[in-house]
Order: sequence, then C-alpha cells, then structure tokens
Amino acid sequence: MLKLENIYKTFNKNTVNEKLAINGLSLHLKKGDFVTVIGGNGAGKSTMLNLIAGVYPPDSGKILLDGEPITNLPEYKRAKYLGRVFQDPMMGTAANMEIQENLALAYRRGKRRGLKWGITKEEKQLYMEMLKNLDLGLESRMSTKVGLLSGGQRQALTLLMATLQQPKLLLLDEHTAALDPKTAERVLELTQQIVTANSLTTLMVTHNMKHAIQYGNRLIMMYEGNIIYDVSGEEKSKLKVADLLQKFESVSKGEFANDRMILS
Amino acid sequence: MNLLLSLFGAVAQGLTWTTFALGVFITFRILNIADLTCEGSFALGGSISSVLVVVFDWNPYISLLVSLLAGMAAGTVTGLLHTKLKIPSILSGILTMFGLYSINLKIMGQPNVSLIGKPTMISVIKDMLPSATELGIRDYTLQTSVVFVVSIIFSVATIAFLYWLFGTEIGCCVRATGNNETMVRAQGVNTDMTKIIGLAISNGFIALSGALVTQTQGYADVSMGQGAIVIGLASIVLGEVLFFKAKNFAVKMTAIMCGSMLYRIIISMVLRLGFDTNDMKLFTAVVVAIALSIPNFLDKKRVSVRKEVHK
Repeated sequence: MLKLENIYKTFNKNTVNEKLAINGLSLHLKKGDFVTVIGGNGAGKSTMLNLIAGVYPPDSGKILLDGEPITNLPEYKRAKYLGRVFQDPMMGTAANMEIQENLALAYRRGKRRGLKWGITKEEKQLYMEMLKNLDLGLESRMSTKVGLLSGGQRQALTLLMATLQQPKLLLLDEHTAALDPKTAERVLELTQQIVTANSLTTLMVTHNMKHAIQYGNRLIMMYEGNIIYDVSGEEKSKLKVADLLQKFESVSKGEFANDRMILS
Repeated sequence: MNLLLSLFGAVAQGLTWTTFALGVFITFRILNIADLTCEGSFALGGSISSVLVVVFDWNPYISLLVSLLAGMAAGTVTGLLHTKLKIPSILSGILTMFGLYSINLKIMGQPNVSLIGKPTMISVIKDMLPSATELGIRDYTLQTSVVFVVSIIFSVATIAFLYWLFGTEIGCCVRATGNNETMVRAQGVNTDMTKIIGLAISNGFIALSGALVTQTQGYADVSMGQGAIVIGLASIVLGEVLFFKAKNFAVKMTAIMCGSMLYRIIISMVLRLGFDTNDMKLFTAVVVAIALSIPNFLDKKRVSVRKEVHK
C-alpha cells in the first residue's frame, strides 16, 4: 500500500555540510504490515518518515500511497492519510489547549473545517470513553491544558489523536525515546493495542533493538540512507539482539552499534 | 469633580482603544507573533474613516466598516509576506507598517485630517439627544458619556465576536497554530492559511480602533499609530495582572478591556501629578518591559524549585 521508489535526499546541497541522507531507497509496505525500523544515528530513519509525511520533498524518486502518487503533496494535505507520533512529546499536541480541544482538532483530520463550533457534546462523550481505555486517568481531566501532562501522558494522547480518524498509515518516530523505561513500555503496549484493534499499517522507528524484535511482523535495518537488512515473518520472530548486533558489525565495521543501542 | 471627570475621560478613551488591544492580543498571545503591522493599520483605519467622512460625506458608521476591511487587507499582506515569501514575521510586519505610512499619506493627501464641522459617530448621536445645557451638565460630560456608551458597545461586540470565532473549528486551528505548528499541519491544517486569517482579523479590529479613536478625538494623523503596539501590550499585561486567574477566553478578553481602561487611568493620574507628557512613552515602555519580564523570572524560580525536589 505504501511504495517508496528509488528515493534520494541530500541536505545542505553544495555546502561543506552536504549530507546524503537517503541514498536510492526503495520500500514496499503491504496493508496491515507493522514494520519496525532500526539503524544508527544519521542512518536516515527519521528522514524517511519525514519524506513520507511530506515535511520536505525528495530530490528524486516517487512515493505512492494506495497507488496514488503523493510525492509532492503538501504536508497538510497528505495528513488526511497519515497518523503521526513524534519523538518529542511536545511536538504532537498543543500545550495551551485543553485535552478535549486537542482531540477535537485530531477528530477533524482530513475533514473540511468551517465555522461550526469546534467541539460538540457527542464528541466529548466519545473522547471520554477513548480516554478511559488509555487507563491513565485522563477521562476526568478533559478540560486540563495538555501542557500540564507528563511526557508519557502526552505521547499516549498523541497516539490516540493519530488514530482517532483511522489513518492509512501510522508513522511512529522513536515515540518512546524520550520516556523513562517503565512509561516507554506502557506506551508501547498501548501502541500494540491500538494497532491491532484497528489493524493499522505501521512504520515504527526505534533505537531499541529489543523492541524492534518484539513488536511488528517485519524489521528493516537502515545504514547510510538505505535498507541493508529486511526480515519478516518467522525469521524475524526468531531474531535475537545478538544477531542484530552482529549484522550491524558486519556492515559497518563496528561503528554502527553505538552505546545507546547496546545499553537500551 | 474635576478628578472624577478626567477619570471618566480616561475610561472612555481606554474603551476606544480596547479593540486595538484585542487585535494585538490575537497576534501576540494567540498566534505568538509580535506583529508591528498594527501601527500602520491603526493609522490606516483613522485615515480611511476621516477621509470618507470629510471628503465623501459618508455616514461615519459605514466608514468604520470600510476601515475594518482595509485593516484586514493590511493584515493579509503581512501574512502573505510571512508565509508565502518566507520573510520572518516581525520583519513582514515592519515592512507592511512602513509601506502603510506612504499609503496613509496618499489617502489623506496631507499628514492629518480634521473632522471639525463634520458629522462624527459621536456628534450623530449627540444631535439626537437633548443638549448639554438642557440636561444641566457640561458639554464635556455629555460628549464623554456618548463616547463611553458607543465604545463599550463596540468593545463588548468585538469580545463576543472573537469569543465565537475562536471557538469555531477554524478558530481552534488558529489558536493551535500559535501553540504548535507541526501538530496543526499533522492534523491536516494549512498553517499558512491560519496565520493569514489570524493576522487579517487582528489588523481588521486594529483599524476599526483607529477609526473609533479618530471619530472620537476629531482628527486623524498619519503618525497616530506610532508606538501604539506598546500601549496595546501594556493593556494586555495590565489586564493579565488584574485577572491573573482568568481561564475562560471571554474573561481574558474582558481583562484586556479593563487593562486598556486602567492604562489610561494610570497615565492621566501620572499626568495630574505634574509629569511631562513627553515622558509618558518612556514611562510606558519601562512598565511594559518590567511586566513582560516578571513571568520569566517567576518561571525560572519554579523550575529550580522542581529540580531541587528531584535531588
């Protein structure tokens, strides 16, 4: 359903800081795939997600979603098809607005917005039930400003917002990296729960190899802007962290498995 | 009696500037942009209203509507400079303000236009009332009362309109844009559009205020907007101090209305104490600088307390 064809992206072209971030990348996702993406710093994981989301266009190559080319569609237009959760918990929500106002904004993703009142009574009921499912006690704080929530609560809320209108594709960009381990586990459980319940096609970037193996039905490893390892199904479920580390070592001659990946 | 009268005058003047302060509030607090277009669009409102009444003999109230629309156009120009031409927001505002100076001179054909002898929005109503001598009050009192009533109607109507607008789907998107653009785009909203809408609405009401001030003071001047943003900020900050617990959006805007009146009261009191009029701008600037910096220091304190708790 998602097709990336021969994508190239270079940042700061023709300057000393020139960086080839994506180098002839091609990727094909099937409907219902839950793909985890791993790779070292600067491997191009976030760039790939940003290209899919339309934060910037690729230098060349094509992006197709359900057969429809979206390569040059502006970010706000393709948002209709995409749910996104960011690494920074501050990025996914509006801090000075209430929980229910944030949800109401997300509820209208992909719909025409007009001069109707921004939130209706029936919606509030719906939000309350959905927040109850999160089991974070947020259902009693619907009119609390999001800025007062913890990082984990904000990520859980962003996750809910990303899937309130069912997206064709869910993009998770290291969405648990800024959380403490316990909260990260909880948010990942929620992710799994929501993805399964809606059978969402998902692309999840992570720095944590254990999580990359534990979640999803397919794993891809990136290095220097391209995919160097792609494993799915049974083969993936048998993977061990040690196997991945070895794979890293072999392609990158040791520089790949940095401290952060080994320690997490 | 004199003191009471000058207080009343200050309150009425504050009310004519309320829509201005609300306009600044939209950009400064909601969109999170310091928009200097306001200084030009304020004078634009005054220029258009005065010329329509003096040269074209239009009804002063209809001239207000034209001023509002012209202000919206000015805000749209700033919005386009910022979003489509990618000029930083503060510079976009300065450019529009700068250009508006020439436009305002063109509109008026001279640096200022007097409304003496022409029907103004105040005189039109005064003519319908019995004269001051018949009522047994001073003409100044009657004049000020009419200004008070007319501008409080405009202020309350503006607050009601903005409360409605920022509660709608589009209004919510404008509010969220000032918070977190990335999130708004991820929710499928064109943030260029929301910024332009915010700037247009803001400058529309600022121009309306320029027209109101012109109609009540009886003249328009090309430099009437000079430094006005500081007065707008002073009104916002004073309002926030007065109603520091306000959460409701309508209450916040009412606070700004009160702040605008309080600002004029403070100025008139300081002048009564014998200070030089020319020192007022410095006085205002210092007050605003202090008021804007206090919350930052309070925040720092709070953060350091939290850190110590964690240790």
